[in-house]
Amino acid sequence: MADVISYREAVAEGIAREMRRDPTVVCLGEDIGEAGGVFKTTVGLRAEFGSERVWDTPISEQAIVGAAMGAAMTGMRPVAEIMFSDFLACCWDYLANEIPKVRYMTGGQVTVPLVVRTANGGGLGFGAQHSQATENWAFTIPGLKIAAPATPGDVIGMMAAAIRSDDPVVFFEHKALLATKGTPPPPDHVVELGRAAVVREGADVTLVALASMVPLALKAAELLSGEGIEAEVVDLRCLVPLDMSTVLASLGRTSRLVTVEENPYQGGWGGTLVSVVADEGFGLLDAPVRRVTGECVPLPFADALEEEVIPTVEKVVAAVRDLAAY
Amino acid sequence: MEPAELLAAYEQMAVIRRTEKAAHDLFLQGLVKGTTHLAAGHEAIAVGASAALRPDDYVFATYRGHHHALARGATPQECLAELMSRATGLCKAKGGSMHLTKAATGMLGSYAIVGAHLPMAAGAAWSARLRGTEQIAVAFFGDGATNIGAFHEALNLAAVWKLPVLFVCENNLYMEYTPIADVTAVPRPAADRAPGYGIPGEVVDGNDVVAVQEVVARLAGRARAGGGPALLEAETYRHFGHSRADPATYRPAEEVERWLKHDPLDLARGRLVELGVAPETITEADERASTVVREAVEVAKAAPPPDPREALTDVWADGGAAWRT
Ligand SMILES: Cc1ncc(C[n+]2csc(CCOP(=O)(O)OP(=O)(O)O)c2C)c(N)n1
Repeated sequence: MADVISYREAVAEGIAREMRRDPTVVCLGEDIGEAGGVFKTTVGLRAEFGSERVWDTPISEQAIVGAAMGAAMTGMRPVAEIMFSDFLACCWDYLANEIPKVRYMTGGQVTVPLVVRTANGGGLGFGAQHSQATENWAFTIPGLKIAAPATPGDVIGMMAAAIRSDDPVVFFEHKALLATKGTPPPPDHVVELGRAAVVREGADVTLVALASMVPLALKAAELLSGEGIEAEVVDLRCLVPLDMSTVLASLGRTSRLVTVEENPYQGGWGGTLVSVVADEGFGLLDAPVRRVTGECVPLPFADALEEEVIPTVEKVVAAVRDLAAY
Repeated sequence: MEPAELLAAYEQMAVIRRTEKAAHDLFLQGLVKGTTHLAAGHEAIAVGASAALRPDDYVFATYRGHHHALARGATPQECLAELMSRATGLCKAKGGSMHLTKAATGMLGSYAIVGAHLPMAAGAAWSARLRGTEQIAVAFFGDGATNIGAFHEALNLAAVWKLPVLFVCENNLYMEYTPIADVTAVPRPAADRAPGYGIPGEVVDGNDVVAVQEVVARLAGRARAGGGPALLEAETYRHFGHSRADPATYRPAEEVERWLKHDPLDLARGRLVELGVAPETITEADERASTVVREAVEVAKAAPPPDPREALTDVWADGGAAWRT
């Protein structure tokens, strides 16, 4: 194996590792077979595992996720791709009403071990219907686990955990990170769901970020370091389970909190996170909390417009400076 | 069907009919909360289809699914306890009338979002094929579901993947209160759609348990042998209104009368007599059915309510509901 791997290659590698060890893992989705996926995140899977394990589907999001559910209920571990996360809306019934509820409403009789993978978020100028960060849609629903890795190593480790999970997992692959590179993790690398990572240590402020916002927060932290402000950066990695203990422990060291979210302020995961902090960690705070978020507008097309409405390094730096001076 | 098999089917239909009547009465007594969608009148579809299936085949049903749960292995006691919110209910009183499920016997659930389970049935059939088990899956649904997107997506997927799945429409002429004919551009809401997906579409008298058993056996055999999915439209009628205390006054009196005369239990009884089964034997089956249901009502009534702590279990596979670490 090469000594660097891209985030996009890590997706296929993560799936392939699980398909090799578990014959019940099968993939389905639009263009995922010969074509290797519109984002080339399934390249090589058809060649290695054949058409009986890597299935091209019609453009039928309800059928894709509904069939994955039926297969998961009956002994398989399907990995379903929804091409762009915006299209989750086309199969929302399955994510909101069927998959997360069936275990509960059957009194624990049925388990749904499936993964719905999808390309999430902006940054590539795809316009309003192909650029949303939609992880918050899933965050409102009891019964879905939510993974959103930021690095190729985490893609592989969290894919392993997601596919092995007996619970349904929505796996958000961030489009703006697909070309980023990292070191390939060792065989059998598993990153347990619900474990945040402190990816930079610092004593002055805690930046909590997810997916593409993690490298952005890290860049902001480097700039701030030049000004004498040391930011600790927490990569949440999962929204459910949400690792509040890592966040609260970091706040114990820094006493200041900024969340960095791509999605709009209204209903964003940062709102839940800071409400837990207000509830259980108020005494740890020496300053108000700040949330850097997207604007509440559909994502515009032009780079200059998109930059205006999603978080940037500058916006994060400004929020931290403001808070550090409090 | 052999006489013994038909007699067993008759008794099962009698149990379902009496369980539905009990559910109705218990609802009126305030012992069943929420709502119920009774399937009295539809018994022959569940029982005839079940008689043609293997015990390990998968069944997916709708909120109007008491008959399927009972035909596929749930007992009247488990079902009535579920309706009465008892700890001993089929789904620990977390499902209710609309979600009767008995996974252990392949009754993989009743779904209350119209049409949602058709893709799931396709997926279960896909899984059976991948595992090489020769199981099939059956989705039962109403005529109203034929205008939902998931119906069309499931049919096409099942057809192109040649999945061993049967889609069985229980056409009882009405959605909730609107006649299906008023909102559908073809006369046969299910069967007429089949050619568009390149699969067989058949129509059967859904009140004739023998006819249902025969056609399902044929289509199931075809699916099991790799012939792919089929769409069956079973014509039937619901005896009660759509749900709860709906008196169904929107239905013309002569239509109701005509269908009540075409009752699935009467039909089966007639066939039994034709086959030479003694009337006393049929009466005995009726009496056994009455006893089973009467006892089920008493036992279910006496069962305790669920422990409130159960509300926070069964979200995740570890049994719990924690959303944070
Ligand atoms: C997606 C969706 N839309 C609307 C409803 C409300 N609803 C419940 S039952 C029903 C009628 C369904 O009729 P049909 O499919 O013919 O089944 P039947 O009740 O006749 O058995 C409707 C509209 C629903 N449950 N799900």
